[in-house]
Amino acid sequence: MSRGRQLAALAALSASLWSTVLIAVDNTPPLPDPVMQQRYLGLTHELRCVQCQNEALADSNVSLAADLRLEIHDMLLAGKSDEEIRDYLVARYSEFILFRPRMNWHNAWLWAAPALMLLAGFGIAVRVMRKRASLPITDDDEPTSAA
Amino acid sequence: MKRFLLPLGVFTLLVIVLAVGIANAPKNGSKEIVSPLLGKAAPQFKLPQLSGSGAQLENTALLGGWHLVNVWGTWCVECRIEHEALLQIRNEGRVPIIGIDWKDEDSAALDWLSQLGNPYEAVATDHDGRVAIDWGVYAAPESFLVSPQGIIVEKLIGGMTMEVWHSRFLPHLAAPAPAIAKVGS
Repeated sequence: MSRGRQLAALAALSASLWSTVLIAVDNTPPLPDPVMQQRYLGLTHELRCVQCQNEALADSNVSLAADLRLEIHDMLLAGKSDEEIRDYLVARYSEFILFRPRMNWHNAWLWAAPALMLLAGFGIAVRVMRKRASLPITDDDEPTSAA
Repeated sequence: MKRFLLPLGVFTLLVIVLAVGIANAPKNGSKEIVSPLLGKAAPQFKLPQLSGSGAQLENTALLGGWHLVNVWGTWCVECRIEHEALLQIRNEGRVPIIGIDWKDEDSAALDWLSQLGNPYEAVATDHDGRVAIDWGVYAAPESFLVSPQGIIVEKLIGGMTMEVWHSRFLPHLAAPAPAIAKVGS
């Protein structure tokens, strides 16, 4: 078998494996409106399956996840907004169900941390540069501490 | 010596942060969710009763006295383990138990109750699991203590034991009127 054929066979095999995985998990009937279906996919991927906690609702084959997918499906059909659906689930399962946590007073420091670290790094950089700038300039570029 | 102070400080801080994180890490890999329903009114429901008589069970049945709402199913191993404790709670006679049979077959549930004994005052059958979602149920068995005003005051995820019942659930009954409870006991 030529190299090209091997590659094609491999690609076909992996594609077929992938497609079975996609079909297997979510058996909720698709929504009639493609925009709505897109919102459905967005929601089921950003909400946690609370039973199998590191999976999204979309990826979980636990029966509770299937029930929750159907609930989201029906709420979308009933004309609920994404935020209303999130609120509905948070009111029952707590914010733990959101993979993207909301900002509130007790996690605010976490959101501020990157900015604070950037500031701290900037401060250190400025100090180091100032220190280096105040060193006497010599022609000697050999490392002196090696000996 | 002085130049090591800052890295050492940062390292110590990191160790503290990680130690606290590990100490608070969920046991056996999954986190027990603190129900947002605690302190709120029990969600409404209207479900057919298990008896098969076609009668409905509504959440108004919870009003006027303390109730333990127990979510179970015959497919649930832990439910079988806690069953003995539920029977004991029934025999204590202080709080009637309302069962919600979650995603189950009626015939299997009836067999279960006739074989193991029936601790429930009434059982509602939640075939499609919608009421369980309303109650924020995610792993049977779960037990809710509902006050006479219909407020959820305590919740247990996992099997009920007499120890948990006496330490976490029963004290709520005494809490609003401690003087009366003392006379009674």
